[in-house]
Amino acid sequence: MPDRRVVITGTGVITSIGHNTEQFWNSIIQCASGIGPYEAVDSTLVRFKNGAEVKDYNPAAYFEQKELDLMDRFAQFALIAAKEAVKQSGMDCNADNGTRTAVICGTSIGGVVSQEKTYTDLYRDNKTRVHPLSIPRTMPNSAASNISMHFGITGPVYTISTACASSNHAIGNAFWLIRSGICDRALAGGSETPFTYTFLKSWEAIRVVANDTCRPFSKNRQGMILGEGGGMLAMETLESAQARGATILAEIVGFGMSSDASHITKPDQLGAERAIRLALADGKIPFNEVDYINAHGTGTLVNDSMEIGAIKNVFGSHAGQISVSSTKSMHGHCLGGTSAIEAVVTVMATLKNILPPTANYQEPDPECDLDVVPNASRHKKIRYALSNSFAFGGLNAVIAFKKWEGS
Amino acid sequence: MSEEVFNRIKDLIVTKKGVEAEKINIDSSFEELGMDSLDAVELVADMEEIFNVNIPNTDLQNFKTIRQAVEGLQKAISQ
Repeated sequence: MPDRRVVITGTGVITSIGHNTEQFWNSIIQCASGIGPYEAVDSTLVRFKNGAEVKDYNPAAYFEQKELDLMDRFAQFALIAAKEAVKQSGMDCNADNGTRTAVICGTSIGGVVSQEKTYTDLYRDNKTRVHPLSIPRTMPNSAASNISMHFGITGPVYTISTACASSNHAIGNAFWLIRSGICDRALAGGSETPFTYTFLKSWEAIRVVANDTCRPFSKNRQGMILGEGGGMLAMETLESAQARGATILAEIVGFGMSSDASHITKPDQLGAERAIRLALADGKIPFNEVDYINAHGTGTLVNDSMEIGAIKNVFGSHAGQISVSSTKSMHGHCLGGTSAIEAVVTVMATLKNILPPTANYQEPDPECDLDVVPNASRHKKIRYALSNSFAFGGLNAVIAFKKWEGS
Repeated sequence: MSEEVFNRIKDLIVTKKGVEAEKINIDSSFEELGMDSLDAVELVADMEEIFNVNIPNTDLQNFKTIRQAVEGLQKAISQ
C-alpha cells in the first residue's frame, strides 16, 4: 500500500493557560504566562516556588464520580483533551470502526498523584492498606486505556514513556500507523501532572528548575519551570477527512527519532541534529521552506544553546530565516505531556500564520542568536513547522507539520 | 575552614568517585578528574548536608573546579 497522507482534524488541550484550545491559543498569542506560585504542594518545603498548574479545575464538571474513581489527574487531563479533539474533528470513534483507530499517549511518570497518596497512606499515616484502585490509577497506560474505553476504540492502544519526548514519540508513531495503512485514524498526545511533594523534591535535587521563571534563550535564563496539562491531536487519512467534509487544520508530514547514547541528562547536539534531519527526510521537506520551529526550549543553559546550534547546523544559512520560539515560557515544562501541548501550538500557528512568542525574554544570548520571537506574537506565513523534543536519557523526537492549503 | 571544606570534598571524590587522592588538588577541574555536571551536583548535595547549607543553582552552575566549589561552599557556610 502506498503511503497515505495524514491530516489533523481536531485538537484538545488543558493547561495552566487555558482549559481548551480556544482559551489556550488566545493566551499564547497574548504572551500570557501560567507560571506562578504552585499550590498543590507546600512550597515552604521546596527550594523552587513556581510552577504552571492548571487552575480552577473542577473534575466533577467533566466526569461522573465512577469515572473519576478510575482516573488519576494525568488520565483525566488526557481524556479531557481527547474529548475536545474528537468533538472538534467530528470524527466518529465508535466500536464499529474502533479496530482501525489507535490511541497512543505519552507520559513520563503516569499516575504520580495517586502514587503519592499510597506513600502518604503507608509511610506517613501508618495505614495498613491503600485504595483498591491504586494500580489502575497509577499505571502509565491509564490515560490511553480510559480514552479507548470512553470511545470504544479497539485498535492499537498503548503508552510511550520517553521523558520529555513522550508525546512526540506518541504522535509520530500514530502518524506512521496511519500513513502505513495499519490504522485509519488516531488520537495521539499525552499528559503529565507532576505536582507532588516527592516529585518536586526530586526535581529540586537535580538542580535544573529555575527560582524565578522560564526564560528560554535569554542570557540570564536559570532553568525550567514544571507545568501540568494534557494535549491531544485527532488525526486521520486525508481521504477520510475529505469524505466527511471535515475541516483540516494541518497536515502531519514528518517524524524523526534519534538517541544520543551520550549522557543521561546532558543533551548531545549531534543527536538533536539527527532527529531534525530525519524528520525533514521523512516528510521530504525542502529545508528552506521551514518557517517556524516550536523549540524544546526548556530554559536551561545547556539545552537552549545546544538546540540553536543544532538548528544552525541543520539549516545552514536558512536558519536565519526560521523563527524559533519556546512556549514552555508560558505553559511550563509538562514533561511527558509537553510535546502534545506544543503540537497543538504548532498546528494552530500553521493554521493561523501566527508565530507563538517566547515569553519572559530579557537579554540576548550570542549562543541563541536566531529569531526567538521575543515577548510578542506576530504574523508570518508558515509553510512548514517543526516541533522539537530532546529528552533526559538522550531521546529525541521531532514532528513536522505542513500548512494545509487544500487538495 | 577552607582547608576543612577542601579535605571533605577530596574525601568524597576519593570514596564516591574512585579518584586517586594524589590527583586531586585545589585547582583541579572536575572534568580532568573524570567528573561531569551530574557528579558535581551529587558532590554539592553531600556537602550541603554535611555543612547544613544551601547552594543556589546559579552558583552551582559555575562550579567547574575544586577551588570554585570550595569558595562557593565557604561563602554559604559563612552566611
